[in-house]
Amino acid sequence: MKIIKNITIGLSLLMSTQLVFSAQPGTTLASVNPEADRMALQQFFKKRFPDAELADYVNGIYAVDADSRTQWEDLESFPPYEFDVEEGERLFKTAFANGKGYADCFEKGGIGIRQNFPYWDKKAGTVKTLEQEINECRESNGEKPLKWGKGPIAQISAYMAWTSRDNVFDIKIPEGDEGALAAYLDGKKFFYTKRGQLNLSCANCHVQGSNVRIRADLASPSLGHTSHFPVFRSKWGELGTLHRRYKGCHKDSRSQPLGMQHETFRNLEYFQTYMSNGLVVNGPGSRK
Amino acid sequence: MRKLTTSMCAAGLLALIVTTPATAMTTQEAVAEGKAVYMGKSRGNCISCHQINDPDANLAGNQGPPMVAMAQRFPDKRMLRAQVWDASKNNPITIMPPLGKHWILSEEEIDAVVEYIYQF
Repeated sequence: MKIIKNITIGLSLLMSTQLVFSAQPGTTLASVNPEADRMALQQFFKKRFPDAELADYVNGIYAVDADSRTQWEDLESFPPYEFDVEEGERLFKTAFANGKGYADCFEKGGIGIRQNFPYWDKKAGTVKTLEQEINECRESNGEKPLKWGKGPIAQISAYMAWTSRDNVFDIKIPEGDEGALAAYLDGKKFFYTKRGQLNLSCANCHVQGSNVRIRADLASPSLGHTSHFPVFRSKWGELGTLHRRYKGCHKDSRSQPLGMQHETFRNLEYFQTYMSNGLVVNGPGSRK
Repeated sequence: MRKLTTSMCAAGLLALIVTTPATAMTTQEAVAEGKAVYMGKSRGNCISCHQINDPDANLAGNQGPPMVAMAQRFPDKRMLRAQVWDASKNNPITIMPPLGKHWILSEEEIDAVVEYIYQF
């Protein structure tokens, strides 16, 4: 009798813990639901900023703060990234020593494809970013890889984004591919996990703290975060890649920052860009 | 021998009297130090998130609550100190860094900044 009682208690305990787990917002491979996450994030911002248009989130803080927007529109009347796009086009069209070029490495000759990056490469078992493929293209043609953060790689990436403007982001997590889902989940966890001496998560500032002042700065909403990269940042005085920004942000939490194109950063980009599915490419952008 | 002991005791006493005032801060000094901690970007940088009615606090942020009615909000000053030391204890997803727990400020700096904000 006692055995039956114990088994019953044990079973009910087991069942109740499973119930608790299933009620959690998708933090395990079994429970994570990217599409539900995307809708939840959209709903969050819809509630937080009822006047902002969903499509406008590609413009970051300028979607939700009118004062900053006026300054930014003035800045955009002579876009600071214009010369970089031109230089990017020149670099993109310059043939390698072997006579081949970037156009030979990408689908559609590399034109109008930004919205498909980053993507899950099943064969390689990892997330691939556009910058990563730019360098892989160079190396497979006997050229030296470029540095990740700024300069030529950002300019080439800017030109490729420029040719993709207004194309809708379409990041896929292939169904039944556990590796892809695990990469997404890893990115999601990085986004929501507190880190560093300052104990900050990305979400601290860019979800719960969005459009609230940190000294005189306003933290941008995370929705649409990756759409406008590479970005000409006034603080940098030049163009830089998304991973340069990730590294800086990571360092600002007083963490030992990961290197650019580190697997975790690529997974973060995968997660963030998936969140932006349905929004358009508007890179390169300009930001304060 | 006894003379030696006496003189050593006297010297010790003298040293105690001379050095004590140098290490203990007066409230006024603590407030001034606390203000420097509050405003300093590489120190507490409290100003980045908390408004305060101090004429030297320009462009304070508002991620956290403003520093008003502190004595009413925290009748027990130790509760305020605990909040500065580790705000994540009360709210695990708070944006506020755990200034004591993560050794961002020293215990003395936390004492000082608590003295400073407790006036408001």
